[in-house]
Amino acid sequence: MLRRRLNRLLGGDERRVDNRTIYIGHRSCPASEVFIPPKFCDNRIVSSKYTVWNFLPKNLFEQFRRIANFYFLIIFLVQVIVDTPTSPVTSGLPLFFVITVTAIKQGYEDWLRHKADNEVNKYPVTVLEDGRRINKESEKIKVGDVVEVKEDETFPCDLILLQSSRDDGTCFVTTASLDGESNHKTHYMVPDTEKDLEALNATIECEQPQPDLYKFTGRMHIYKNNQEPAVSPLGPENLLLKGATLKNTQKICGVAVYTGMETKMALNYQGKSQKRSAVEKSINAFLLVYLCILVSKALVCTTLKYVWQSNPGHDEPWYNEKTQREKDTNLYLKMFTDFLSFMVLFNFIIPVSMYVTVEMQKFLGSFFITWDKDFFDPEIEEGALVNTSDLNEELGQVEYVFTDKTGTLTQNNMEFIECCIDGFQYKYRDVSTELDGFCVTDGPVSKLQEKAGREKEELFLRALCLCHTVQVKEATEQCQGQGDGLIDQVDGLGVDGEVHQLLQEQRGFIASSPDEIALVKGAMRYGFTYLGLESKTMKIMNRHSEIEMYELLHVLNFDPVRRRMSVIVRSRSGDTLLFCKGADSSIFPRVRQEEVERIRMHVERNATEGYRTLCVAFKRLSAEEYAQADEGLREARLAMQDREERLMAVYNQVETGMSLIGATAVEDRLQEEAAETMEALQGAGMKVWVLTGDKMETAKSTCYACRLFQKNTELLELTVRTLEDESKTREQRLHDLLLEYHKKAVQDALPIKAGVTRSWSMSNQDYGFIIDGATLTMVFNSSESNSSSYKSLLLQICQNCTAVLCCRMAPLQKAQIVKMVKNSKGSPITLSIGDGANDVSMILEAHVGIGIKGKEGRQAVRNSDYAIPKLKHLKKLLLAHGHLYYVRIAHLVQYFFYKNLCFILPQFLYQFFCGYSQQPLYDAAYLTMYNICFTSMPILAYSLLEQHICIEVLLDNATLYREIAKNAMLRWGPFLYWTLLGVFHGLLFFFGVRCLFSNPALQDNGQVFGNWSYGTIVFTVLVFTVTLKLALDTRHWTWINHFVIWGSLAFYVFFSFFWGGIIWPFLKQQRLYFVFANMLSSVSAWLVIILLILLSLLPEILLVVLRKPRGPHARQKKLAQSSVGGLQSPRSSARPLLMRTFSDESNTVI
Amino acid sequence: MMASSYNAKDEDGHITVSGPGGATLRSKKPENTAFKQQRLPAWQPILTAGTVLPAFFIIGLIFIPIGIGLYVTSNNIKEFEIDYTGVDMSSPCFNCSQNYSWNSTKPCTCTIPFHLDQPYESNVFMYYGLSNFYQNHRRYVKSRDDSQLNGAAGSLTEPSKECEPYAYHESKPIAPCGAIANSMFNDTLELFYNDPNGTKIQIPLNKTGIAWFTDKHVKFRNPGGNNPNLTAVFQGTTKPVNWRRPVYELDTDPENNGFINEDFIVWMRTAALPTFRKLYRIIHRKNSMVPTLPRGNYTLEVVYNYPVRSFEGSKRVILSTISWMGGKNPFLGIAYITVGSVCFFLGVVLLIIHHKYGNRNNNADISN
Repeated sequence: MLRRRLNRLLGGDERRVDNRTIYIGHRSCPASEVFIPPKFCDNRIVSSKYTVWNFLPKNLFEQFRRIANFYFLIIFLVQVIVDTPTSPVTSGLPLFFVITVTAIKQGYEDWLRHKADNEVNKYPVTVLEDGRRINKESEKIKVGDVVEVKEDETFPCDLILLQSSRDDGTCFVTTASLDGESNHKTHYMVPDTEKDLEALNATIECEQPQPDLYKFTGRMHIYKNNQEPAVSPLGPENLLLKGATLKNTQKICGVAVYTGMETKMALNYQGKSQKRSAVEKSINAFLLVYLCILVSKALVCTTLKYVWQSNPGHDEPWYNEKTQREKDTNLYLKMFTDFLSFMVLFNFIIPVSMYVTVEMQKFLGSFFITWDKDFFDPEIEEGALVNTSDLNEELGQVEYVFTDKTGTLTQNNMEFIECCIDGFQYKYRDVSTELDGFCVTDGPVSKLQEKAGREKEELFLRALCLCHTVQVKEATEQCQGQGDGLIDQVDGLGVDGEVHQLLQEQRGFIASSPDEIALVKGAMRYGFTYLGLESKTMKIMNRHSEIEMYELLHVLNFDPVRRRMSVIVRSRSGDTLLFCKGADSSIFPRVRQEEVERIRMHVERNATEGYRTLCVAFKRLSAEEYAQADEGLREARLAMQDREERLMAVYNQVETGMSLIGATAVEDRLQEEAAETMEALQGAGMKVWVLTGDKMETAKSTCYACRLFQKNTELLELTVRTLEDESKTREQRLHDLLLEYHKKAVQDALPIKAGVTRSWSMSNQDYGFIIDGATLTMVFNSSESNSSSYKSLLLQICQNCTAVLCCRMAPLQKAQIVKMVKNSKGSPITLSIGDGANDVSMILEAHVGIGIKGKEGRQAVRNSDYAIPKLKHLKKLLLAHGHLYYVRIAHLVQYFFYKNLCFILPQFLYQFFCGYSQQPLYDAAYLTMYNICFTSMPILAYSLLEQHICIEVLLDNATLYREIAKNAMLRWGPFLYWTLLGVFHGLLFFFGVRCLFSNPALQDNGQVFGNWSYGTIVFTVLVFTVTLKLALDTRHWTWINHFVIWGSLAFYVFFSFFWGGIIWPFLKQQRLYFVFANMLSSVSAWLVIILLILLSLLPEILLVVLRKPRGPHARQKKLAQSSVGGLQSPRSSARPLLMRTFSDESNTVI
Repeated sequence: MMASSYNAKDEDGHITVSGPGGATLRSKKPENTAFKQQRLPAWQPILTAGTVLPAFFIIGLIFIPIGIGLYVTSNNIKEFEIDYTGVDMSSPCFNCSQNYSWNSTKPCTCTIPFHLDQPYESNVFMYYGLSNFYQNHRRYVKSRDDSQLNGAAGSLTEPSKECEPYAYHESKPIAPCGAIANSMFNDTLELFYNDPNGTKIQIPLNKTGIAWFTDKHVKFRNPGGNNPNLTAVFQGTTKPVNWRRPVYELDTDPENNGFINEDFIVWMRTAALPTFRKLYRIIHRKNSMVPTLPRGNYTLEVVYNYPVRSFEGSKRVILSTISWMGGKNPFLGIAYITVGSVCFFLGVVLLIIHHKYGNRNNNADISN
């Protein structure tokens, strides 16, 4: 953190020097008279916090910045300096323990970071130096080094591409780890560089490092034989960023321009900030209350002490004279030290052990997540992963779930299901049995067993093969030979089914949209294989294993407004063909109407089946038509202004009068149990927002499939599309729509009942809200005055919708949305779940970040707080684990405060009877051991094992989650209850024994008890009551609970005997010598102990009994109802509506 | 589309590489143990009115008799208390309380007559009581040296710092040191039975058996091992400032002298509250035929040494019999009776609630 800030600062300083000059290969250039090797930082990445040297001081400093630790340190110091009633050991020892354990843990974590850093920094790279290839460690790269990178390697620093193994001077990279976009991007060589890097004599002048990934400006001066240097401009397309991966290119050479912490990746590195759970905030609040209690207690005692001491007989009676030193001390100093002494005496009210126990509970508790075999996914052979244990309980508090779509809700695994050609349905069944791939299944009822004409079939398949932007993945080296062999065989017409099959398996496609791959693969299964694009020529292999070549003339790109894409190709025979595919709503108006009806039926049926449908149309362009289109397109592409609009106009003009040839149905498989999971989350009162970078239509259909949008959900759409309005500007339209939706969703909605904060009732109209990235930007960036009001409007609308879909989000926008909700009123707890690198920002932003161990790398997992293999595991993670963790820790916290209150209250009350002299009621051993030994284990066991409702019931009844919503168990109400209980118990303990001691002759031999007996009786009652209170609260008695509860009581008895049974040589005073044994020999003591324990627990038992009759019965009833309801309602309504097609807008407002 | 670098508006690019993919095989399947799966067999008690009801009744039924027993026992304990502080002019000890001086060599004696209405049948325990005496003051409580009292030779000559300002006197170590020892109760109380025939019979007071057994035999030890010559053992130390006699002259009986003097041990057990009593003497019953203290007139002779007026304290003598539950204290009996009754009452209330509620619940179930 500090380092980053420092770097920023340094960066800021450097920025004054606008540019940096880099000498490629460190070769001095003729032009520059003086060659001063400029100093840049090395290529080391440092994410670790400590070094061996600064670990101790820095770590201690950081630890004592925590208010609790600091408090205990102060107490300890006071005990050391001032003469206090308890020895410094009582608080020093636990503090030392806590500090040590934390230091070890943090040291270990930092060691891991060092290891990770080293892995990056010591990564071997090849540097070209004076014509030799030198293997270096990554950290040794200096600015100006020429680095060689091979395929699938990540770039070790920011490089300017000088040379590529590809002929066209390009290379492909993915920047998945930087911005989450995992499509291949093309980067270009600097023009005019020589092939021979040896001879290259050039300097690069570029701007100082800055974090924007998409901005880079620079110039390259190339010196050739003392000529005037040639200058070529450098832009982001020449810059290869550290962290990006080279793809589809064998190797490249580049010159390092930014290294180490100055790389764009490092500048963008968002440190994993410490997330604090709501429970921790509650703890801090309670801590404050107790601190106030503590201080006021100390103040009261100090004041009363001096009031009491004003009577000379009290201050210094003859039997109890002060030492000379005490007499000499200044009165005010004495008062102050008295105050501190009281603080020390009562400091146990805020026990250091609570922090230890909470940490232990969190740490050990998180193992149950990793151990859970339900989270084990046999496919990836992995279970859940817990990256931070600090947030376990937060899982039980989630109010907003932000989920990524692709890879999270869906498997991102498109599968071609069926197609419809010319009104006939073709369903792909099994390729091995029917090699020709086609079989007609249930076609239209009237035309059963009929097939479309062969010509139409082939046209359709050619369309599928041509109309896309898919790239064929170039075979990597090891399978290159194989692939070549195959292709040879193909060329030689020696294809049989097996090879075909093999080819299919071998062939890898890369596309920005998985739908396209599914279509191409679908076509392949029907015999038409796309072989790739070579110098503007698309090659496909038809059913007869002949290669057909098409010249690719134009690609009319997909865009969300048109919702279709087209290609214009020229076949061998010279025909110019336009193939178009797109959403039915955008295709149907552009084709001849008589063809539509036959296909519409299929499309609609497929849509209801839940498939993504696309319609395919084609058009034969005459030479004139083509010439006209060609010219229009070229002109539009070159236009400097309104390029988009002009292109669109040409597109629209070209894509008319087509003939519909068929439709396809592709299934984007939802993740297993995605819908059930979403339903459960909603049932649990969580609001699910889908944040995706995907197209709106796709996302919407997924939402329907996941039952986030239901049939009766009214969709409020705020997208680029709905903002299109001729009459008004976009801003105005945005304003109007926002107001309209706000009126609809917020104002007209029934006022929510006070008690039920999260109403998700079936009776009300459900709203779903859709917004896209561009509109969101408008909302956020609109003029200052409006921005905040728009934001709050938007937020209010969103909060009143059952589900919100945000599509076409950039990674940062996702985080923006999460942040917006996170900071909204009531600061709801947010959870983000995603699998890709583009979700990292929102995972980091949300209170709880969950990574899915998907196929898209490990970025999300590494940055998450928890990682699970599948979406479906989220349900158990939240509903069962989260719920239980929350209940456990909430109880733990409340219990801890309670038990220390009733521990210390008698001690406080005793001051009134001992002349406010800070005389402790309990022996020092008891004071120290109370929290460490006698009462810590039962609550720890409870907080690890308690299942107040068993896991199955929690999973079956999502609504149970709402019972603990909004930090229900740690609000002031329950806190007050526990505090009052503690006060009640404390009073009871003290005054009960006080009454007994009105005659201290308690033994049957007439002997009397002293003050230590008094304390021991109170303490015994205390330990038993507090432990039994926990026993009363325990709903889930495993043998461990039994062992620990009865064990610690037994231990207490044993310890007391032991402690009082020996004259301890190291003790100054043998205060407890046989006190406990003598106590037990007194019948009265027994009787009073039993009486007080019972009396303390009586109200508890009564309360439990009075509350319980409603509890279990109601729960059973609820169970019965929900199981009945659960069977009928949601499932019945959901299935037919599983998915919508692109065209489905029936529910959209507008 | 694929070549469109850095265009965020483009497809949400997800690399979709279909084809063979390498899978790393790491089997980390969690163990299927009951503990790890949080499926340990558990007893899940549900406290309902039905289960708790009997408990309430049982508690009630047990506590009420115990309470009655306790109450009766406490009431049967005979206790007689005489305040001899001498605050009133009329009090026999008024003079003594006024002319107090630590240094006076002539002891001040006062005689207090009293009358016992009932005979005290069993052993009678004689307590002295002090009030407003803060034996539990922190400065006071810690002002002792247990290792000195345990007979450690080193601590005898070098008392602990905790004993300040009662550690040294005239540069000699004080034995026993500390404020507690220094302020040891030093009134002498003697009891006389005024026989109706006019004779004054001194009642024998037993000065042993008043301290805890373990204190007497383990915690408190005279220094010098078994050296019977305590005078020699305590050579080099001085008596506490307020004492009239050194510690080795507390009693003539060697088993009750020095640190193991029981009066001293009793005093050293600091009281819990500022008003307290300490066992002073035991009057053993001689034979079963004669009551220990028959009905009649008695005289208490006090050698008034202990000043309490300076801190507005009071002194008293208590004669009490003892039962199995200790001294007289009605609190326990009353508390037990109260709690027992409350439990019983709650039991009845719960029974009614349970009955009604159970019915309603059944009805509801049926109607469902």
